[in-house]
Amino acid sequence: MVKLMEMPQIVSMPARGSAPAPDAAPAENTIEIDKVDFAYGTNKVLHGIDLQVPARAVTAFIGPSGCGKTTLLRCLNRMNDLVDGAKLTAGSIRIQGVDINAPGLDVVDLRRRVGMVFQKSNPFPKSIYDNIAYGLRIAGITRRARIDEAVEKSLRSAALWDEVKDRLHVSGYGLSGGQQQRLCIARALAVEPEIILMDEPCSALDPIATAKVEELIRQLKANYTIVIVTHNMQQAGRVSDNTAFFYLGRLIEFSDTRKIFSNPAQRQTEDYITGRFG
Amino acid sequence: MTTATPHARRTRTIELFVFWTFRLATYFVLACASYIFLDIGIKGARTVFTSTPPFVNVAFLSEPPQTLYVFEHEGKKMTLSDREFREWKATNGEPAVAASSVAYSAGGIWPCIVGTALLVLGSMALALGIGISSAIYLSEYSRNGRLIRLVRIAILNLAGVPSIVFGLFGFGLFVIFFGWNVSLLAGWFTLGLMILPAIITASEESLRAVPQGLREGSLALGATKWQTIRKNVLPYALPGILTSSILGIARVAGETAPIMFTAAYAMRDEMPWQVSRWTDFVFQGVMALPYHIYVVSSKIPQNEYTERVQYGAAFVFLAVVMLITLTSIVLRERSRNRLSW
Repeated sequence: MVKLMEMPQIVSMPARGSAPAPDAAPAENTIEIDKVDFAYGTNKVLHGIDLQVPARAVTAFIGPSGCGKTTLLRCLNRMNDLVDGAKLTAGSIRIQGVDINAPGLDVVDLRRRVGMVFQKSNPFPKSIYDNIAYGLRIAGITRRARIDEAVEKSLRSAALWDEVKDRLHVSGYGLSGGQQQRLCIARALAVEPEIILMDEPCSALDPIATAKVEELIRQLKANYTIVIVTHNMQQAGRVSDNTAFFYLGRLIEFSDTRKIFSNPAQRQTEDYITGRFG
Repeated sequence: MTTATPHARRTRTIELFVFWTFRLATYFVLACASYIFLDIGIKGARTVFTSTPPFVNVAFLSEPPQTLYVFEHEGKKMTLSDREFREWKATNGEPAVAASSVAYSAGGIWPCIVGTALLVLGSMALALGIGISSAIYLSEYSRNGRLIRLVRIAILNLAGVPSIVFGLFGFGLFVIFFGWNVSLLAGWFTLGLMILPAIITASEESLRAVPQGLREGSLALGATKWQTIRKNVLPYALPGILTSSILGIARVAGETAPIMFTAAYAMRDEMPWQVSRWTDFVFQGVMALPYHIYVVSSKIPQNEYTERVQYGAAFVFLAVVMLITLTSIVLRERSRNRLSW
């Protein structure tokens, strides 16, 4: 935490009332990104990213297309492992104090603890019930009662239960776009992660569905650490406690969301937020 | 119509020329195909179908091949199968003029149908097992390095190897070196290896058609790679893999060269299930439809009595291949409707 206090751009203020101040949060539950360089083959896309994500709060990554925000997000559960030639070339990322790129680290366990919701909602071509039960079953949970309970609980948490409780055994593909995305959120919640990464979760949704997902995000931060990548600055303003602005693979500014949007420290941030570029 | 420039006239002439060239090429293909199908269809139908109920020549489909005996008796021409001739001799004695014999031209093709079915089943099981496994490795596990590129090129080249080379390879390795002799097992491996490139390519394509989002969604929930593949990739790729593989069946069923040294007998009296010990089952050679067609049309002296079996066998073979192709089309349509993303 000493490091966190030293960083000039971090303002450790309680954000949005209910969220605890980043430095008041249990230290073991933060993501510490330390001077990270990341490259796809020879194409370097992240340069010296230094960032501490506070626990039980919503942190937004904003910036123009190609600024590296999604790449950074996908580093946090090592989803970039799937991309040939993608590699962390310098620095380290620690989650609860554990270096997630250490050799021998159990990636499967990491991904169970760090859930992810994707830009394009990707329910499995299975029933709603089986979509949620999937994560539990692969974790070796077979007791029907336990799965039933988890399905209901996570659907309720994702504010989807009332809409689908009568058709749990119908294909998830029959749901609307917004419902599909909330199903994906419920699916991520079912395995009880500690951190949820969201990669532009509302980019394919209409305003009403977006409002529902945003409301859900605000509720979830009581129990989860949430990192959300968004193109939509109003959305970042509405849902996040802290905002990080990226440009061309560099972290330009990271601070309390209210401060970023009212009084940004950097000129580039201000230009982007006021719509002068990006 | 305004006066055309020379350039416009020329382009129009070229257009017409190209159109007719392509059209005639297509008609030529159609004519050849029609001739082959009609020739086999009409001549083969005479063997396979009968004018009296049950309208299908059951004996041709259910009996083994026999030698045909032709001779004259009291001014009448007799054409009898091996068995019938022996019965005839029992009552009438030896014919006055010695009977001429025509090999394989009486009886039916039942052992060939059984043999081909056995060869197809075994080689497809083998090829699907190895092919799907390696396709999964190539498209899901391996990184796209130099070695993998080499493997892919090798697989593509394997697809271009003539089937007779596979036959000789199978003969050298399985029949002689492994000492399996001419056997089902040697045939299975030879045919399986021959069809493997097609299976791998088709499987890889079907696996790639499964959206990446399903894999990421599964991995993000803490699934291992194998859990993801087994529960969230393979089930959606399997219909595609199987339907493309059915077309491979038609090829396996039809190849003569790979089995002529490794698995096929020109003539065998016992049926495949008539083995003394069950372990002998895979070490026996069988009769097979394509090889039988080859034998009856090029290995025996041709005369008016040989055509019956030649066209009959070709007809049955074409019918079987068409049935397989049709099944694959129906399956493909059904699986396409069931899954969509």
